[in-house]
Amino acid sequence: MWFYEKKLQYPVRVSTCNPKLAKYLIEQYGGADGELAAALRYLNQRYTIPDKVVGLLTDIGTEEFAHLEMIATMVYKLTKDATPEQLKEAGLGEHYVNHDSALFYNNAAGTPWTATYIQAKGDPIADLYEDIAAEEKARATYQWIIDMSDDPDLNDGLRFLRQREIVHSQRFREAVEILKEERDRKKFF
Amino acid sequence: MNEKHQKSFTTVKSYRPFHSRYDPCKPIGVKYYSTPPNLFLGFQPPNLQQFSAKEALKKGTLWRFFYDYYENPYEKKGR
Repeated sequence: MWFYEKKLQYPVRVSTCNPKLAKYLIEQYGGADGELAAALRYLNQRYTIPDKVVGLLTDIGTEEFAHLEMIATMVYKLTKDATPEQLKEAGLGEHYVNHDSALFYNNAAGTPWTATYIQAKGDPIADLYEDIAAEEKARATYQWIIDMSDDPDLNDGLRFLRQREIVHSQRFREAVEILKEERDRKKFF
Repeated sequence: MNEKHQKSFTTVKSYRPFHSRYDPCKPIGVKYYSTPPNLFLGFQPPNLQQFSAKEALKKGTLWRFFYDYYENPYEKKGR
């Protein structure tokens, strides 16, 4: 069960109407290494992973939904009140035809989200290594978006999200260490 | 911060990709990539230095060790 707190994890500010930036940002919404993929991956893997790290997957998976909500707010603000003409200029003409200004789970190139982006192998090491890779890929995506963006307010929020990827990667790496550990076993070499 | 865990590494690395005279784009010169602090610590040891709660909420981590500010490395170079 979840409790919902009606506020964002980190305040989202956007300085200009910039649908082009929204088109880039949607990669982190419905892309392969985006927040939706991350949340669904972790919250699904947790059923078949050793007890010691279930809580970690629950916590991080939950936080990814908080990030998803931040990205949604950013995309919404960047496109709010934009005319069809402005959307077209930003390369969102196809999006407008299908969705108007509604958000949708697709990547920056318009490919819809698919469950084939994520895996649950049932092998704890394989799954955690995928999770570490996902965090590093999301971190890189945030960097590339920051590189392309000239919106300082937006970048402030993106830097926060990038920092969270670093912390999550650290915790997944620690989870691997926990599962490797021999500490509580009666094992003599 | 523990003496032992002082930051003794860099979080940005660079290399010079090979540029052939047949490559049409102007050489980028140096390529950069991030190597954030989480790559260097292993299991987090006890008693690492913390940010204040208020600062931590802003920075995205409680732990000074993991904080890694990112800026566009190409822009900084004025390209």
